[in-house]
Amino acid sequence: MLHWLNIWAVPVVVAGVLLTAILRRVPVFDAFMEGVRAGARSCAGIFPSLLGLITAVSMLRASGALEGLAQVLTPLTVHIGLPAELVPLVLLRPVSGGGSIALLQELLGQVGPDSFTGRVASVLAGATETTFYTITVYFGAVHIRKIRHTLPAALLADAACVLLSLLTVRWFFS
Amino acid sequence: MMNGIWAGMMLAALGYSICTGRGAEVTAAMFAGAESAVTLTVSLLGTMCLWSGLMQVADRAGITRGTAKLFSPLLRVLFPGLKPDGKAATAICMNLSANLLGMGNAATPFGLAAMHALAEERPHHGIATDHMITFVVMNTACFQLIPSTVAALRSNAGSADPFDIMVCTWVASLGTLLCGLSASWALKRRK
Repeated sequence: MLHWLNIWAVPVVVAGVLLTAILRRVPVFDAFMEGVRAGARSCAGIFPSLLGLITAVSMLRASGALEGLAQVLTPLTVHIGLPAELVPLVLLRPVSGGGSIALLQELLGQVGPDSFTGRVASVLAGATETTFYTITVYFGAVHIRKIRHTLPAALLADAACVLLSLLTVRWFFS
Repeated sequence: MMNGIWAGMMLAALGYSICTGRGAEVTAAMFAGAESAVTLTVSLLGTMCLWSGLMQVADRAGITRGTAKLFSPLLRVLFPGLKPDGKAATAICMNLSANLLGMGNAATPFGLAAMHALAEERPHHGIATDHMITFVVMNTACFQLIPSTVAALRSNAGSADPFDIMVCTWVASLGTLLCGLSASWALKRRK
């Protein structure tokens, strides 16, 4: 059922919107173009913050700082039952969406998708968004400079996600 | 704050590269990063414009207001004082539905529309409002029904049942969301 939803959600939504609009005598193409114009402005608006973030993340990855941090943290994470292979993914997940997908792919190839580590990695990658990307893009679009307590709250949620991924997989698959 | 985060990331990368002697790699990564931001924006441009065009059609047809009504009990709790049929409320609902249905590329344009509307509804002077923070924190947790990207990767890696992690993902994601919301609620008190 859910596989069907996955395939048909978009076409059904688009068809539904168009048919309803036509029935209600909305000038569909005019309205569409109006929206496209707003979308283009919005996209141009997020470009500066996107460029800043992606450049910084790309440098951070190339410098090896994430691996360094992972090495330092591994002795600590073992205590909460987090497999050492997962530490780089935990650190990369909040900063880079594309990077963590690539890392997940590599990890699944190494440990197998149906192993405990593979499952935890999958849940971890699927249960949260790229925190820094979302914060940068959303606040950047409306020129917010002071984000107050957003980052601590979001990072706390990311930390909770790591624990929850471990707990749910352990509980569900044993 | 954003200034500090960005400078911190850049300086950490540069400082660490000096320690590890990866200066050349980091310099290359700096320009490669800037370039990939352009590629990403261009590829975003298409989907963002498409979805925001379709949303405008839905808006004119009165569909977005209907969706907003569906979510309004939830919105009243999460965004106290938000106009229930205002532009911000409808955009937030569209963003939530897109996230739920796993239409990640649609969630961003709706989310940005919501941020613009929230900024219009309340003067912010460059400081995030409580509603904005709640909304962004919700989006960093992103609850979705079908983790399709992860399932595709699992199936490529030869999983016996790529979707067997779905229930775990729901529970973890919902817990993450609740944790983020309660954290932002608790932190709001001490400014």
